[in-house]
Amino acid sequence: MPRKKIDLKYDIDYLSILDKDGEVDSDLEPDIDDDRLLDLHRAMLLGRRFDERMLKLQRSGKIGTFAPIHGQEASQLGAVACLEEEDWLVPSFRETAAEIWRGKAMENVLLAYAGFNEGAHVPKGVNNLPVSVPVGTQALHAVGIGYAMKLKGKKEVAMVFFGDGATSEGDVHEAMNFAGVFQTPTVFICQNNHWAISIKRSHQTRSETIAQKALAYGMPGIQADGNDALAVYAAAKEAVDRARAGDGPTFIECVTYRMSVHTTADDPKRYRSDEEVEKWKERDPIDRFQKYLKDKDLLSDDAIEALESEIKDEIKAAVKGWEKRMAELTDKTGMFDNVFAEMPPYLAEQKEAFEKTLSS
Amino acid sequence: MAKLTMVQAINLALHQEMKKDEDVVVLGEDVGVDGGVFRVTDGLIDEFGEERVMDTPLAESGIAGFAIGMALYGLKPVAEIQFSGFAYIAFHQMEAHAARLRGRSGGRFTVPMVLRMPYGGGVRALEHHSESREAYWAHTPGLKTVIPSTPRNARSLLVSAIRDPDPVIFYEPKASYRAFKEEVPDEEETFPIGESQIVREGDDLTVIAYGAMMRPTLEAADKLKEDDGIDCEVIDLLTISPLDDAKFTKSAQKTGRILVVHEAPRSFGPGAEIITRLVEKSFVYLEAPVRRVTGYDVVIPLYQREFDYLPGVDRIVSAARETLDFKA
Ligand SMILES: Cc1ncc(C[n+]2csc(CCOP(=O)(O)OP(=O)(O)O)c2C)c(N)n1
Ligand SMILES: [Mg+2]
Repeated sequence: MPRKKIDLKYDIDYLSILDKDGEVDSDLEPDIDDDRLLDLHRAMLLGRRFDERMLKLQRSGKIGTFAPIHGQEASQLGAVACLEEEDWLVPSFRETAAEIWRGKAMENVLLAYAGFNEGAHVPKGVNNLPVSVPVGTQALHAVGIGYAMKLKGKKEVAMVFFGDGATSEGDVHEAMNFAGVFQTPTVFICQNNHWAISIKRSHQTRSETIAQKALAYGMPGIQADGNDALAVYAAAKEAVDRARAGDGPTFIECVTYRMSVHTTADDPKRYRSDEEVEKWKERDPIDRFQKYLKDKDLLSDDAIEALESEIKDEIKAAVKGWEKRMAELTDKTGMFDNVFAEMPPYLAEQKEAFEKTLSS
Repeated sequence: MAKLTMVQAINLALHQEMKKDEDVVVLGEDVGVDGGVFRVTDGLIDEFGEERVMDTPLAESGIAGFAIGMALYGLKPVAEIQFSGFAYIAFHQMEAHAARLRGRSGGRFTVPMVLRMPYGGGVRALEHHSESREAYWAHTPGLKTVIPSTPRNARSLLVSAIRDPDPVIFYEPKASYRAFKEEVPDEEETFPIGESQIVREGDDLTVIAYGAMMRPTLEAADKLKEDDGIDCEVIDLLTISPLDDAKFTKSAQKTGRILVVHEAPRSFGPGAEIITRLVEKSFVYLEAPVRRVTGYDVVIPLYQREFDYLPGVDRIVSAARETLDFKA
């Protein structure tokens, strides 16, 4: 036969475990212990409330531009929940809840968005890279980190996040290709939130799914309902286990939705309809997860109420802590630090000249 | 004649050139339906349609290389990079091909495109949204680098850039996008690329600046006049490369004292080239060491500290005074 269909090694699955009403498919339900489930729920709720608080702070001029996560709580937290502390998180700029899960202090998040470089500084020994603003560029780092882990004989994993828009950037494709070629322990999480600022997903790529791009690089790809914490968790767990076992990279497309503005500098009314947003409200990741937890008798309305108030206090304390930190950050010469390990003479001269402008 | 912001003035230039010449096309991230994140391309898609106003996938190398292809075929693409901090992936296409194809093909192929992008600090933005790295482009043989400073010259220079037979990097000072308005004539206006402009005449000191730095520079010149009775001659470069050294070397021969202002980092910045030209062409006239007021050799900090980095009126005034006080 001169012409026949080629059987590729991988197919693309779609994974959904909690339906939009929170009903679970018990055949697919992942085995997660109760405490972990509750931790995940708490992190999602905190992520949502903190986002709301930041939006208020931004609107009142207390912080600058930031990228809200509203609607994407499950798609990022379900994934990082599969990581161990020694694993590496390589975020883009829309993973605030995932970063907090991994130990980033809320006051540091606020500090960075309030325009203090100190907010992005990472404590020694912590394996979370800072936010990466240039879209998609960080994907390659997660592959290099993964290769280094492998070379050092470590059973560790690097997980990288990026958006649907990022899959148009060459760097993301180069990253996937390197990961395939070098079989690195890398987990690619694409949060397909349907929009890249004003460009809709269907205009970004003609691919029917984003997950299928994995096939071209010889790695398994899967599409998960990104508003279903269990589906994201299950897909990510499989990927992390595979990577840790030395069986190479995985690409996961989390199908979710950006409920809010792109960043606070954006006006989505110019390019998308309210009806579309309304439609996605029905698929809210937190409502669904709460329904599931209630059905399992792990959560009640009273417990949610208590948790809400606990989270409110926690955020309040973080805001207080942040305000105190801002007041303490009086040294303006920080921009000259960490340019190099050692400050060259010309830079020391510039620093001195700058200090003179402060005293005059 | 209408009073326009720089955003509106650039928009006017695009509108008029697209209307006049059907080979002019606009492309970039969010330039169509959204009208650009700064609204510079607002309304173009409604008037000229999505074939000539293209919302592209998110890929800067793609935008540049795709525009090069269109230009090779005879179109005049005006491509937008959303922020200059994301243009480095496009740099490779511009350096490897846009800048070289004329020479490589012995003139058979040319790349009459414009790569527009907002640059510079002072708008409380995130990392990568505030830098001023025009030197990378200006250092590249075969690329022209233009930086307007007001609504009117932004409009006239962009028209000239679109009509220019060679690739032009059009660096727009985003701090000046909406900071002030200026009368811009309705009728077509151009300004030659490669020419600077004396915007204030004086005999005591020559101050050379461009882009967003023109405003603090002119304010400093006012202050020096008021407080010290000093007359500054202020030159707006407008084109960084090819650099017009005729006006400033001549001015130096009159004043003998020079100050260069830019927000780009100091080392290997445009000031270094300007001063070298002065030393080469006006050395014997110089009465004081030539000074630079520039950004420091660091990444511009986030917004709480960005004005510590950016040259302001005070730094310019005190450098001017030091230059004027110098006695050999
Ligand atoms: C290289 C680069 N180009 C452009 C931008 C400007 N920009 C910031 S976010 C964004 C859209 C990103 O879309 P997507 O990858 O889907 O992520 P999302 O914002 O939806 O999370 C753009 C164009 C950038 N930050 N980096
Ligand atoms: Mg997106």
